[in-house]
Amino acid sequence: MKNRVGITLKVNGEEYELEIEPHRTLVEVLRDTLGFTGTKKSCNEGECGACTVIMDGKPVASCLVLALDAQGKEILTIEGLAHGEDLHPLQVAFVRKGGIQCGFCTPGMIMSAKALLDKKPKPTTVDVRKAISGNLCRCTGYQQIVDAVMSAAQEIEQ
Amino acid sequence: MFIRRLPKFAYHTPVSIAETLGLLKTYGSKARVLAGGTDLLLAMKKRALTPEHLVNIKNIKAMQGISYTDRKGLKIGALVTCAELEESELIKKRAPALWDAASVMASPQVKTLATIGGNLCSAVPSADTAPPLIAMGAEAVLIGPKGERTMPVEKLFKGPAESKVGRNEILTHIQVPRQATNSCAAYLKLMRRAALDLALVGVAAYICLDNDNRTCKDVRIVLGAVAPTPIRAPMAEKLLSGKEITEALADEAGKVAGTICRPITDVRASLGYRCDMVEVLTRRAVMEALRRIINERKR
Repeated sequence: MKNRVGITLKVNGEEYELEIEPHRTLVEVLRDTLGFTGTKKSCNEGECGACTVIMDGKPVASCLVLALDAQGKEILTIEGLAHGEDLHPLQVAFVRKGGIQCGFCTPGMIMSAKALLDKKPKPTTVDVRKAISGNLCRCTGYQQIVDAVMSAAQEIEQ
Repeated sequence: MFIRRLPKFAYHTPVSIAETLGLLKTYGSKARVLAGGTDLLLAMKKRALTPEHLVNIKNIKAMQGISYTDRKGLKIGALVTCAELEESELIKKRAPALWDAASVMASPQVKTLATIGGNLCSAVPSADTAPPLIAMGAEAVLIGPKGERTMPVEKLFKGPAESKVGRNEILTHIQVPRQATNSCAAYLKLMRRAALDLALVGVAAYICLDNDNRTCKDVRIVLGAVAPTPIRAPMAEKLLSGKEITEALADEAGKVAGTICRPITDVRASLGYRCDMVEVLTRRAVMEALRRIINERKR
């Protein structure tokens, strides 16, 4: 018995008409149904930040959001940052500053950073560290990530 | 441990409190209320809870928002998220101890979802919003089939993960009375890291000074994470009441508070360390509350 519900999800500016069962989380639907595999399902319990997406301007752990509850909201994933071949300044900065090693935490990190810069375009490093406090990285030791976000902030402000 | 996908359930999205109560009555013990989901959905993934029906209350407007009147004080909807608490100028001004709690909870992407009502109803002993609310004399408003009732937040916790909110009741909002002039509270949380950690120890201290601006007229010290529920420390309070608060006196109060807490030893910290830290945090929270009163007066 599959009790699918018809919903419309707005992801990266586009609307998608879907039939989704209530128990499916947003991260699962983004990845498995819509093919947006940039967002990662890592701990699945809201503790690592790899599943971070932006919902109505705020960062959320998409593994703890029911897909049905994402209806009517604007969802932004890592795939929505670049404009065609033009990378977002955050993406460029992460590459330039060595903020990416294995890359697994990166989409979540960048979304947390984007949410910060949208709210506070001129953050301090303390602001940045607070903004990424919910994102774990096993590779970089975080410093290059902080550098990247600060650099992107400067780039955007110009 | 590998966290599984959610079990299946039927989903209901009421738009009013009345509709919610109806659903809870219909499905009884097979239903659970879903707000932010940061506790419930996780418990379901771990199969600790497997309700067949989830009642999504996030769309109920009556339970949203923060407002203030001089007469009734702060009204905080149960659905207000931790992020909203942290971003609220009203909360920062009228309930700084609660703001303290919001700023040290979870992580940005969990705070967007987690609600104050959920934090209280999940009733974990380390719930960060509880000690500040208790310190400020807050009350919870509950609505059930028998109507509305009010309960001091201090009485809301029955035991670890056991709340006194009835199975077919919902917590609709928190009422924080207008705080006395010359008073303030502070909440301190001891963590092993900067985010995404439960409190090893949480202490909220509320101080009210008399008209002489020196004598402590009223005091509440609330300890979180060191007993099955958040607890008051009446003997520590008695030590401060009617006296001029100095760091030495706050230190003594801390020592007394450290003797009445009954924490456990777990993966996060030992019993002994927690008791020692109750001592330290009590002293610091008392002095911070005092500092805030003095700073407010200077303005």
